Amino acid sequence: MKRRKAFHPDREVNPWAGPTRPYDIAKEVVICVVVMAVLTVALAVLFGSPDDRAVTLKQWATETPIDFAATAAAELDGSAGTASYGPPYNSASTGPSILGISPAKIVGVHVRVNAAKDFVLSPVATLPQNPAATLAISTFEQATLRQQQQWAAAYTKAVTAKQVQAVDGRVIVAKGNFGPVGVIVDQLVSMAQSGALDSTMLTQERFFSTDSTKPLLFLSDGSYLANRAAIDHLQGDQWGMMNETGSWPGQAWLWLYTMWYQVPGLSTSDNADLQVWAIMMGLTLVLLFVPFIPGLRSIPRWTRVYRLIWRAHYKAQ
Amino acid sequence: MTAPTKNWTGALREAGLRSLPPERLLPETQPSYVASWIYVFGALTMAALGIITATGLVLAVMGPTWWHHSATGHFVNSLHLWSVELFFFAMVVHLWGKFFMAAWRGNRALTWMTGVVCFMASVGTAFTGYLSQTNFDAQWIATQAKDGINSTGAGAVFNVLNVGQMLMWHITLLPLAVGAIAVLHVLLVRKRGVVPPFADDMTKTEVAK
Repeated sequence: MKRRKAFHPDREVNPWAGPTRPYDIAKEVVICVVVMAVLTVALAVLFGSPDDRAVTLKQWATETPIDFAATAAAELDGSAGTASYGPPYNSASTGPSILGISPAKIVGVHVRVNAAKDFVLSPVATLPQNPAATLAISTFEQATLRQQQQWAAAYTKAVTAKQVQAVDGRVIVAKGNFGPVGVIVDQLVSMAQSGALDSTMLTQERFFSTDSTKPLLFLSDGSYLANRAAIDHLQGDQWGMMNETGSWPGQAWLWLYTMWYQVPGLSTSDNADLQVWAIMMGLTLVLLFVPFIPGLRSIPRWTRVYRLIWRAHYKAQ
Repeated sequence: MTAPTKNWTGALREAGLRSLPPERLLPETQPSYVASWIYVFGALTMAALGIITATGLVLAVMGPTWWHHSATGHFVNSLHLWSVELFFFAMVVHLWGKFFMAAWRGNRALTWMTGVVCFMASVGTAFTGYLSQTNFDAQWIATQAKDGINSTGAGAVFNVLNVGQMLMWHITLLPLAVGAIAVLHVLLVRKRGVVPPFADDMTKTEVAK
């Protein structure tokens, strides 16, 4: 027995019973490869590609020693970005949440970073034949956590004061109750300016290293990297990482992801990162399941753009 | 001499031929409505993917920092960059073209979905490529991207600050995923054929058993 069912133009098609035309798929592929190859070579020859050298800790400490010293002190007092980050680096906070759920907290700490130890204390402790550094580290480590934070916070306050100056690369701060923190930071600044900190941080655990996590985290806690990025219009409020240094096109396909960070409300939200990811995951699922979403799958039929695409076909009818 | 009994290999071959006979895999004719420049963008996307793979192989063979100190390396990097830009341009035009054709009609939803997955995998592959540049751009993108990825919990296993890990994702897992999904997508296109235009009379019904 046959029954009639409704025809759904947004889901179904009638089998094509019209004419065919010659088609050479192999020729099409070859022509496409040639066209793309010619275009690629032409663009590469005309415009090349950007390659701004990576920023080093040496550059940072040499060009902006006060920012470097302030960041080092903030790692010690726990107020720096990494020191107060939370998962996956440490347990200092819970990370962004939606509806009280923090995925980062649930997954936990898996890339363990102790900002004070990894960025400041351990590198200074490697300085050879340096009794002042050894004594300062020893004094700091033997103090209570409360005392350590008081010293570091006092130094942070002093080094971020307006009148602080750097003379011949040395950061000069007003006297205060910093304990050994002043010596430790001074030693770290000198170490970084010599270039030794770059290699020490990369090879803290072993000779070979392809893991740049710690130096990048330390670098991003200061202002030097961000100020440099602002010059190249790469800051978050400048449509961020979809841009490229100079005038080259970057990851333009990330425009939608980047756009959410410009939206008032999201741009100032403490949970923006997770909220934007949630939105993007939702939109990705919508795109994936367009064929099954009533209304959305009808847009092509309603907009009639297909009449333009198949204009030869409709004209011939 | 006796004919061999059908084994797994024979069954696999026959299933493949049944599903995608050679004349459908490499057709010499197409329906007359397949006559628009929009159809070229799928093939252009695949062509760009081929150039990306070729230039990427050269960069991988010579090492991740070769292009910083070699003029030839820098040129190969430029080829890699521009083929990626062209790839995404062609892919996005292809995607929107297929959207406005409602190319999922007629049991072609899986073709659409593999296309979307391929697009997302390509975004991930390009992203890890930018992280693997070992220059200032890579530093900045990594430090910016970490917050979004960490917020989802994925940062525990996908550490964008670890250049070694990102390079491995970029040159092994993700390209394999893009390649495999792209091949599957093309095979589905060949199997199902190119979606026909909307009928002028969309109120018509068809008979089903």
